[in-house]
Amino acid sequence: MTTMAETMDYDEVVARFDPVLGLEVHVELSTATKMFCGCATTFGAEPNTQVCPTCLGLPGSLPVVNGAAVESAIRIGLALNCDISPWCRFARKNYFYPDMPKNFQTSQYDEPIAFEGWMDVELADGDTVRVGIERAHMEEDTGKSLHVGGADGRIHGASHSLLDYNRAGVPLIEIVTKPIEGVGDRAPEVARAYVTALRDLLRALQVSDVRMDQGSLRCDANVSLRPVGTTEFGTRTETKNVNSLRSVERAVRYEMTRQAAVLAGGGEIVQETRHFDEGSQTTSAGRRKETAEDYRYFPEPDLVPIAPSADWVARLRETLPEKPAELRKRIQQEWQLSDAELRDLLNAGAVEVIAATVQAGATPDEARSWWVSYLAQQANTRGVELAELPIGPAQVAKVIALVNAGELTNKLAREVIDGVLAGEGEPAEVVAARGLAVVSDDSALTAAVDEALAAQPDVADKIRAGKVQAAGAIVGAVMKATKGQADAKRVRELILERCS
Amino acid sequence: MTEPTDSAALTRLTAAELAARIHAGEISAERVTQAHLNRISEVDGAVHAFLHVDTEGALDAARAVDAELAAGKQPRSALAGVPLALKDVFTTNGVPTTCGSRILDGWIPPYDATVTRKLREAGVVILGKANMDEFAMGSSTENSAFGPTRNPWDHDRIPGGSGGGSAASLAAFEAPLAVGTDTGGSIRQPAAVTGTVGVKPTYGGVSRYGLVAFSSSLDQGGPCARTVLDAALLHEVIGGHDPLDSTSIDAAVPPVVAAARQGADGDLRGVRVGVVTEFAGEGYQPGVLSSFHAAVETLRGLGAEVVEVSCPNFEHALPAYYLINPSEASSNLARFDAMRYGLRVGENGASAEEVMSATREAGFGAEVKRRIMLGTFALSSGYYDAYYGQAQKVRTLVSRDFAAAFERVDVLVSPTTPTTAFPIGERVDDPMAMYRADLCTVPVNLAGNAAISVPSGLSDEDGLPVGLQVMAPAMADERMYRVGAAFEAARDAAQGGSLVLGCPSVPGTVEPQGSGA
Repeated sequence: MTTMAETMDYDEVVARFDPVLGLEVHVELSTATKMFCGCATTFGAEPNTQVCPTCLGLPGSLPVVNGAAVESAIRIGLALNCDISPWCRFARKNYFYPDMPKNFQTSQYDEPIAFEGWMDVELADGDTVRVGIERAHMEEDTGKSLHVGGADGRIHGASHSLLDYNRAGVPLIEIVTKPIEGVGDRAPEVARAYVTALRDLLRALQVSDVRMDQGSLRCDANVSLRPVGTTEFGTRTETKNVNSLRSVERAVRYEMTRQAAVLAGGGEIVQETRHFDEGSQTTSAGRRKETAEDYRYFPEPDLVPIAPSADWVARLRETLPEKPAELRKRIQQEWQLSDAELRDLLNAGAVEVIAATVQAGATPDEARSWWVSYLAQQANTRGVELAELPIGPAQVAKVIALVNAGELTNKLAREVIDGVLAGEGEPAEVVAARGLAVVSDDSALTAAVDEALAAQPDVADKIRAGKVQAAGAIVGAVMKATKGQADAKRVRELILERCS
Repeated sequence: MTEPTDSAALTRLTAAELAARIHAGEISAERVTQAHLNRISEVDGAVHAFLHVDTEGALDAARAVDAELAAGKQPRSALAGVPLALKDVFTTNGVPTTCGSRILDGWIPPYDATVTRKLREAGVVILGKANMDEFAMGSSTENSAFGPTRNPWDHDRIPGGSGGGSAASLAAFEAPLAVGTDTGGSIRQPAAVTGTVGVKPTYGGVSRYGLVAFSSSLDQGGPCARTVLDAALLHEVIGGHDPLDSTSIDAAVPPVVAAARQGADGDLRGVRVGVVTEFAGEGYQPGVLSSFHAAVETLRGLGAEVVEVSCPNFEHALPAYYLINPSEASSNLARFDAMRYGLRVGENGASAEEVMSATREAGFGAEVKRRIMLGTFALSSGYYDAYYGQAQKVRTLVSRDFAAAFERVDVLVSPTTPTTAFPIGERVDDPMAMYRADLCTVPVNLAGNAAISVPSGLSDEDGLPVGLQVMAPAMADERMYRVGAAFEAARDAAQGGSLVLGCPSVPGTVEPQGSGA
């Protein structure tokens, strides 16, 4: 008896097959309120506390479009080099699911607000791939189902399900690429680089938290293979539950090796939704799509068309931030980085956060030293990207400013950062709550200096005799006595004053 | 004539008359409300205009109005203290709302529709919730899951639909005012067959927030009354822009009360009236046509310039309407799935899908299921262009017919409905026959403009009421109020009083008296 291999060796896959990718990214906008009602969008609130008749789909309720969400959608479209539709409508996507209150999703269908764009994606070796953008459209998120009693929270085997509608109606932008072809063995890398670049762009636009771990950025990866040298697309699968950048790469790679094994064994790829498993780094079959679901789209009659004026679009275009790729070029020049140094920073995901910290007032050197050392360690410990740390560039810049003002030592500064990371609030709040301010009260410091000098009279005599370097021992004693909360430079000055 | 003081006589007064007496301190709103509650308890067992009577809520609202007036405050509105029947399709915070469907049996909404809120803020006393065809789908109120409403003119006949409860409550003197909704004629056709007045305002003129959607692009709430002036007074209370409804018109309510008062002067010189030539012929009851022709002559006699106007695409309106409304309904009614509110059917341990399916099977009536299936089919990929897409094109053509007609005339007129009230049961097994009751009313819904139905007389064959429909351009609702009021005044003067005062007695009522007019 022979068993067919489940996957094919990757080198063989790319020698025999040509992959085609299509990436669908859903971005939750960080607007204060939902897409069609005034409910808050705070992540992690008690279930079903951020709901109203409209987002619960109660009989009689009606939607009203959130203007801020439309503005974000247009800015995203412009940043992706898309055309902005001068007139478009929402559409209803009809299907039944308990976490969707109306049993239709208000979305856009054949009239997306943004279409026909592109984004240049830089790979690790500096090569650039231009990814075509098919469309970016607005829609509302669904609620969340929590399946209880089954394995891994999946519906299979669950005894019952709990529903949380806090997320129902949160504004989403879905960004769909054109087929990404001709990237061969680099397909998994391109997929990851695209999502990374898109995330950086969205962050620079300040339209979303873009936290893959919290679901504010979600990627569905469509993968198909065709024999090398052919042009017709193969049957594709759509892999969901890809919750990190690393998983994007791994999911694509796994699907390529799995599909190749099926095709090489004479089998056919089933058009289906697949589920990526973080643990095993494999995909498994989900909902079958062989009978394509008919969503019976039609224009949403409860909403009037969106017709952004050319003026408005032009004004929004002026609000676009520097594009990440341009920012990098500028920074490399301004900071005088070698290609290798820049690549290190890029690979660490540090360029944007450092640039933003500089923009918030720090010097490039100060910003770099914090982000690539202490903050990098914290990110590493937590297994997240720098930008995903719960401390932002503005907060880091504030800490640096406090150090420069002599109100924090470097050691205290790390403690303040720890406090911000632990969710204790803004740097100033952490300083106050933890009592971390440098002891800059000269009378208190003078008393500590006098005490230390009295405790070590021989050292005091040496200083008085002009042996200034002996002051180090007294500085150490004072720092110990003040639990490190003194400014060592000022302590040294006071010692010399008292001994003169 | 002596002032009406007894309870029964109070129910014969118009809303304007009641408001005048209440605001002058002659009678209390509580007494007026109690008089109508008494009337409801006497006759509604036979008529069944109400699905829910909110006795305590109504009396509380009336007492609040009385207290404010006693404290010397100005009345909150022209209708403060006047009772009203609210179609059970508007949400009412704390009061059941069923839409005539089992699937919402027991649901108590946690919020008020904008119409409900405006009524409460105006001091209008909501007596209860009026019966209707399930989810407003029907022309006879026979599709109510809670039993049909009977026509006060003949209990064996339908009161029209879907707002049969609203119209019957007026004709049976259970309420002087009602609010209905008109998707294809659900206010006007019941008004016509009960001898009352019904208005479909311009689409967007009255907020749809809290109106449980049947067909979103067609649904429009509007006033029902026994006189044109009362309808206008109510129109101004419930109309106006609502930021919660994106399709609401951001403009002032048309000056409908002023127009109704102007029209009552009976002078229509300079007004151009177009008779729609397509609305006649086969399928039209002779008595309906003769009443209509007499009405046109009356308008001519008031000085109006009458011309014939052809609207060739109106004949396609009904089939288009019966593709658009089921399509939208199939989506709007998807939310009734037992997951969050309303009826739930299914064994413990059944999957969500099984519960949804069993609940919808048990909770929806036959007509609702028919429309959901029609609409689901019409929207299906591969059929969309041929059905929903074509229907939208017809909609555009109907709008163009109106636009062209209103280049030539100020208003258009037609019979409101091709026949008088038909016997209960006659059309329940023949949906096409039932749908034809909307023949003359649906073009206005498709185009989004305004129309009123005013009683034109009784049909020669059966002595039942006939309605005259007056159609106005969008956002020019005042025109039809003026013409409608002029016609009403002329007809009442010629016939010695309001048509509806001749509505035969129903069990427990006193004989109707002539009004002081």
